[in-house]
Amino acid sequence: MKNAYIEIDKERCKACGLCISACPQGIIRFSSEFNSKGYHPAEPNDPEAKCTGCGFCYMMCPDVCITVYRAVKV
Amino acid sequence: MDYKVAYKMPRSLSGKQFTYCPGCHHGIVHRLIAETIDELDLREKTIIVAPVGCSVFAYEFFDIDGTVAPHGRAPAVATGMKRARPDLTIFTYQGDGDLAAIGTAEMIHAANRGELITTIFINNAIYGMTGGQMAPTTLLGMKTTTSPYGRKAEKEGYPVHVCEIIKELQGVAFLARTKVTTPRDVMTTKKYIKKAFQAQLKGLGYSLVEVLSTCPTNWGLSPEKAIKWLEENMTKEFPLGVYVDKVGDAK
Repeated sequence: MKNAYIEIDKERCKACGLCISACPQGIIRFSSEFNSKGYHPAEPNDPEAKCTGCGFCYMMCPDVCITVYRAVKV
Repeated sequence: MDYKVAYKMPRSLSGKQFTYCPGCHHGIVHRLIAETIDELDLREKTIIVAPVGCSVFAYEFFDIDGTVAPHGRAPAVATGMKRARPDLTIFTYQGDGDLAAIGTAEMIHAANRGELITTIFINNAIYGMTGGQMAPTTLLGMKTTTSPYGRKAEKEGYPVHVCEIIKELQGVAFLARTKVTTPRDVMTTKKYIKKAFQAQLKGLGYSLVEVLSTCPTNWGLSPEKAIKWLEENMTKEFPLGVYVDKVGDAK
């Protein structure tokens, strides 16, 4: 079960890589696909559900591409 | 399991894609200002005065009213707006070529009069939009298109330290220098921007937040290396910290 996850708006992303270096869990990578601007956008790669929802990627993203979701504890 | 949004684009941003280069810190500062406007519930009552420079279209990216001032004249335009409509929150968003070169007189006198406006000052030590010419804030020895052998003090003078110049003026209510290179710095910067807006809302005087920023394109570095260069060189020349704080901490 995931505690948190992120969504990245691939069309807004300009592949600066600041989210990748900011992520303490190392779960963001460059996509092998292109977006319509011609960049390889960042994409979440979290098969082991390591995302904690800290929001560091969101804070460092200069193009406000990232939305962070956290699980609601019941 | 249910999920709820922890972080998402603030409402005060229009959602239009930024026109800045990859890795440019303008976008981070835009987002922090928008979050502050959301948190203080000022979206319908705020006007941005955009500068001349890369951020000349800043009013397009915010979901608030705005205008553009001639080069360097944003504090003068904002003064008129604030005096005509004291009920509104007015802030200017300026770069170092705009504020520290052609607009020095406007900024210093607006600060000295204690105008109730807020200035967000982006210092990237270079003229970004026009192609990387030397700015007043360019570091000694730094190579730009108009100082190809590095800036020399005997020819081009020394870097201008805006915060140190205006900290003695009595009209200044909040003055701080910060950077946005790590998540921790981003949070500190947001705190400062919020305080700068509160200085205006409480009627204390002029407020300015200087944000050290990268310009990966004109520095000729990747976004990652530009951040490293900023940390190693710019923070030595421009010490970070709060210079004036008449707002005080919230209880």
